[in-house]
Amino acid sequence: MTEQQHRDLLQDEVQAGTTTGLASPLVDVTDDRQQSLWSDAWKSLKRNPLFWIGSVLGVFFLLMAFFPAPFARGADPRACDLANSKAPPSAEHWFGYDQQGCDYLAQVVYGARSSLIIGALAVFVILVLGVLVGAVAGFFGGWVDSSLARLTDVFYGIPFILGAIVLLRAAFNERGSVQVAIALAAFGWMTAMRLVRSQVIAVKSSDYVAAARAMGASSPRILVRHILPNAVAPVLVYATITVGVLIAAEATLTYLGVGLQRPAISWGLQIDNGQSLLRTAPHLVLFPSMILTLTVMAFIMLGDALRDALDPRQRA
Amino acid sequence: MGRYVARRFLLTIPVLIGASFLIFAMVYALPGDPIRALAGDRPLPPAVVAQIRDDFNLNDPLGLQYVKYVGDLLQGDFGTDFAGRPVIDTIARTLPVTVRLTIVAVLFEIVIGLTAGVLAGIRRNGFFDNLVLVSTTVIVSVPILVLAFISQYVFGLKLGLFPIAGIREGWYSYILPGLVLASGSLAYVARLTRTSIAENTRADYVRTARAKGLPERTILVRHTLRNSLIPVVTFIGADIGALLGGAIVTESVFNLPGIGREVFDAVRAQEGAVVVGIVTLLVFFFIFFNLIVDVLYAVLDPRIRYD
Repeated sequence: MTEQQHRDLLQDEVQAGTTTGLASPLVDVTDDRQQSLWSDAWKSLKRNPLFWIGSVLGVFFLLMAFFPAPFARGADPRACDLANSKAPPSAEHWFGYDQQGCDYLAQVVYGARSSLIIGALAVFVILVLGVLVGAVAGFFGGWVDSSLARLTDVFYGIPFILGAIVLLRAAFNERGSVQVAIALAAFGWMTAMRLVRSQVIAVKSSDYVAAARAMGASSPRILVRHILPNAVAPVLVYATITVGVLIAAEATLTYLGVGLQRPAISWGLQIDNGQSLLRTAPHLVLFPSMILTLTVMAFIMLGDALRDALDPRQRA
Repeated sequence: MGRYVARRFLLTIPVLIGASFLIFAMVYALPGDPIRALAGDRPLPPAVVAQIRDDFNLNDPLGLQYVKYVGDLLQGDFGTDFAGRPVIDTIARTLPVTVRLTIVAVLFEIVIGLTAGVLAGIRRNGFFDNLVLVSTTVIVSVPILVLAFISQYVFGLKLGLFPIAGIREGWYSYILPGLVLASGSLAYVARLTRTSIAENTRADYVRTARAKGLPERTILVRHTLRNSLIPVVTFIGADIGALLGGAIVTESVFNLPGIGREVFDAVRAQEGAVVVGIVTLLVFFFIFFNLIVDVLYAVLDPRIRYD
């Protein structure tokens, strides 16, 4: 049969009402659904301004974290001259100087690295914990599920920042990026766990899982090959937004004096320093706050756009 | 219903025990010797140190210390800090400040968040709807810390409208910190209301109401709004528990002598009894309000079955 004959036949059938045209040989039924989810998502992302704003900002701050020197216009954040103390922004020094007379643009730019490292590290630990505990709880059910659910409730009950404060004070003498990330993850993994758990439960009783089991697939294989891929989309959305939330939390902890310590360069430390000088030199609080907010915003916008693209039902 | 509440209540007990033990164990592990810090430059005689350690059960193993602590707690005894002040007095002094702050924050959530959500929801894709969408994205992205400083600088220092620290001006001093504390939840309430209303305007019962000729106003208030508000009311209820424990930053920046700042000071001063007492109380509030909300859900929405 030629292409033309095919089309004629199809038209006849559609007109006769015996087919809707969907089941014709021209439609490839073996098309992978997984792929169409992601290509649909990409189509929707491309049209979303939130996605583009978020990506541009995100890439901008990533570059800033990896290659700070050009962003700081060549200034050294540790080359300070007390003569310049608290000097306001100028054409030559866009962000002015801090109390020690260090170039503030350089200080703020070099602060990006620790924030992003902590955000990425903490989200990685959260995902590992969340996927592990959530998959086990959802897959095995019964008393395993109930006791893990209670454990999750325990961590949920303790206020996030408060728990991290006590842990940071109790467990670590020297506090660097790794320690702060661990403390954030220790009290932040529960939502990821619940996400994975609910996805696992939703998919567990589906036909294709039953089919895989009938063919003799082992529990770990079913979990990894057939169940967890379903959780990728919601977890990706959650993880993107959470990076932003964690970066804000890190700045908060550092501001409160339980996060990163001097001589680290961090936005939280800068805001803490500038706080008492708010009356005389507001730019010391303003600039790190602004950059911190834009960084957090980048990830939250990206996450929002991803959610719209990946889960049309939740589209607000 | 009664059985559901009872079961739900029993489930909170292991969570309460687990959370308080977790905090207890972490405080137990706090480095340094608080008694030496208490004594300052002149070291205390060894006998006095031994006596204090004994009084606070500091020589017992972790498990025993915890059991003794819970035993006292169940009799309403929160213990004393190292200076001999009862922890319950500290709580009684600081909790009202945080409760007032939370009340103001919840009022903002209802007045601003709910109104914005309703207006955006009934005119979908209009100008106001898009304004709400954009502004909530921005508000959610601004860390509380930053928001606190910006509002302090703009409304306090530049415009001089609000006090920037302390509680000397009564309820008026809570307005700015309350708004800052509420900001995140406020944006969430607006979005939740908007989505919920948008869903409900397409519901079958709204179409039925319209088909039988009810006036639009009645449909909106009686059918759409009432049903849309169920998730919002429950979110706000649960948020009360979270706000009470989440005010550390707001109270620190605005210098409010509330429970959040108190517990933070206590962590730094290694006042174990104060930390454990306050955190246990906060966890209790959190669980309590969640329990209330779960029961409230059953009352508001009979479609939800409990078994």
